[in-house]
Amino acid sequence: MTTHTAMPDLAARTTLVRAGRIRRSRRRVIVIVILAVAVLALISAEIMLGKTIYPVSDVLAVMRGESVPGASFTVGTLRFPRALIGALAGLAFGAAGTTFQTMLRNPLASPDVIGISAGASAAAVVCLVVLRWSGTATMFVALIAGVATAAAIYLAARGGESTGGRLILIGIGIGAMLDAVVSFAIQRAAQWDVAVAMRWLTGSLNGSRWESVLPLGIAVAVLLPLLVLLSRELRALELGDAAATSLGVRVDHVRVLLILAAVALTCFATATTGPIAFVAFLAGPIVSRLVGHGSSLTIPAALMGACLVLTADLIGQFAFDTRFPVGVITGILGAPYLLYLLIRTSRRGGSS
Amino acid sequence: MTSVQAKVDDRRRAPASQVGARRRALTIAGLILGVGIAILLSLSFGSRTVSMAEILEGLTSWAQGRTPAEIGAIAVQERIPRTVLAIIAGAALAVSGALMQAITRNPIADPGILGVNTGAALAVVCGIAFFGITSPYQYLWLALGGAILTAIFVYNVGSVGPGGSTPIKLALAGAATTAALSSLVSAVLLPRTAAMDTFRFWQVGGVGGADWGTMAVIAPLLVAGTLVAFICAPALNALALGDDVAVGLGVRIGRTRLLAAVAGVVLCAAVTAVAGPIAFVGLMVPHVMRMLVGPDQRWILPLSALGGAVLLTLADTIGRLIGYPGETEAGIVTAFVGAPVLIIIARRSRIKGL
Repeated sequence: MTTHTAMPDLAARTTLVRAGRIRRSRRRVIVIVILAVAVLALISAEIMLGKTIYPVSDVLAVMRGESVPGASFTVGTLRFPRALIGALAGLAFGAAGTTFQTMLRNPLASPDVIGISAGASAAAVVCLVVLRWSGTATMFVALIAGVATAAAIYLAARGGESTGGRLILIGIGIGAMLDAVVSFAIQRAAQWDVAVAMRWLTGSLNGSRWESVLPLGIAVAVLLPLLVLLSRELRALELGDAAATSLGVRVDHVRVLLILAAVALTCFATATTGPIAFVAFLAGPIVSRLVGHGSSLTIPAALMGACLVLTADLIGQFAFDTRFPVGVITGILGAPYLLYLLIRTSRRGGSS
Repeated sequence: MTSVQAKVDDRRRAPASQVGARRRALTIAGLILGVGIAILLSLSFGSRTVSMAEILEGLTSWAQGRTPAEIGAIAVQERIPRTVLAIIAGAALAVSGALMQAITRNPIADPGILGVNTGAALAVVCGIAFFGITSPYQYLWLALGGAILTAIFVYNVGSVGPGGSTPIKLALAGAATTAALSSLVSAVLLPRTAAMDTFRFWQVGGVGGADWGTMAVIAPLLVAGTLVAFICAPALNALALGDDVAVGLGVRIGRTRLLAAVAGVVLCAAVTAVAGPIAFVGLMVPHVMRMLVGPDQRWILPLSALGGAVLLTLADTIGRLIGYPGETEAGIVTAFVGAPVLIIIARRSRIKGL
């Protein structure tokens, strides 16, 4: 008799769960498609808009390699690399940010808040502005510096009970120190070049060139799929080390891979564009609102990062009389959100 | 209580207080010596290193109000105002940090971390850009206003929710506010090249641009702020025991907090107005003093003033040496020294309160 009543109940529940799963995964796919379309639209806008607006036919002609007077230079040399670097850096920041936030189970623990971007930025500015090294060498030095910064923050925060809050506090301290290095390097540069200074202080897409597209593109092409492949393990890690181990995840192994990939993405993007404020921090929380809980955020967060960078760059270029670098816009928009998040977390009881 | 037991108690207490007194005396002597050495170093090093005789010559001729013949002595005279500014700015920043830590009972309260400096910077930039302000006397009031508003804002955001202002909440609120305000500073400055030229010398904190006129303007504020701080010290000691105990001891906690907070913000805002944003002096020095002489604010506050003077003067001198033949601003040097101190404080297990 009990089986009689339980069976339909169980079946009903199973269908309910399955329906929920399907609904959520459909929602995730819809969000991803919309975001991908938005990224493509923003890239096109970035390429076509400017002092002169070029029609689609001209842009396509330039892409086919034909020489169109005027458009060849403006679109091919100036706007195309700018749009690509903006999109690539956004993908990198978004994916890296959400990986850190998920792994450390704290929305505040994104690489730009805890000082990893500052490490890469300090190394890059010293190499480029003071030592005048080439772009590729700078990338690798920035990568090493970013990994070293992450290791230093991790080691300094180890031991004791509440590592989460302490990690963030130490990250802020190290970030302040590295920002001092950036100021020092900018001051020591031959002339106080405003464009260069703004780039390394807030992040900017001005001066994007084809040479920097390739290294950043390769990094994103290799590391982003790696993060996507590891997203199932990442979600298991979010449940805690013990639960992840029992689900068959090699915890230490996966964690090191995830940290390295996320730090490397942050470093490559930072070495190219400078530390664009708050993109890594914002992308994850925004898409988690859109997608809902219970599914991997890596792909949607990466796309959201690209949307944020490109939108902010378009606003910075066209919304005002002066062209503002992208980092100024993301800084003004992102910081209030950080404050809001902080107040909300505190209301619910302690963020450390 | 019998007289025998009272004697035993006395004997038990005596050595400890003697050790404390000796330690305090040593600390005071060391700090005064430190100030002297820092002044000498600051006068002698720079793009031209001078000898002892030249320092003497420079000082005596300065006192008599004449221009010395030798170039070395002239260099010494050039370094006098910045040395004086480093001393008073360092002292004021350290006292300000000590006050903020005492009021908020939060070990990482510091004008730089609370975003006060950036608030002052935004006010000054808006003044330069929108109202065409050029005189340092007007900067001062703008910086003061911006600093006070930012401090109130950050402290309130950082103390939302149960548990009040924990270090981590305060640091994050300060970092977020700093990020927003510095983006706004860039947004205001970028379209205005002229304002940028005026401001960029102010943006990194340093004492290189010292002159007697502006120092004379902030001097009364600094003296008043420091006096209020010293007068508040006993009440702050009571405050450290918790609000209830403090009320029980007859302290008016609201008035004490307000007075001490105003003094703390005025001190750091006045310094920021003339020297630009200098971070971490207010964080480091009171902690070191607390380690040396214990938690008594009546000692911490004056000793922090001495320690801050030593620190900033040395930071300025070091900045002149590592930036040779130009110079590196003292604010960069203090940030570099200060961040490790913040890490040490964060690593200490009982991070929640003082």
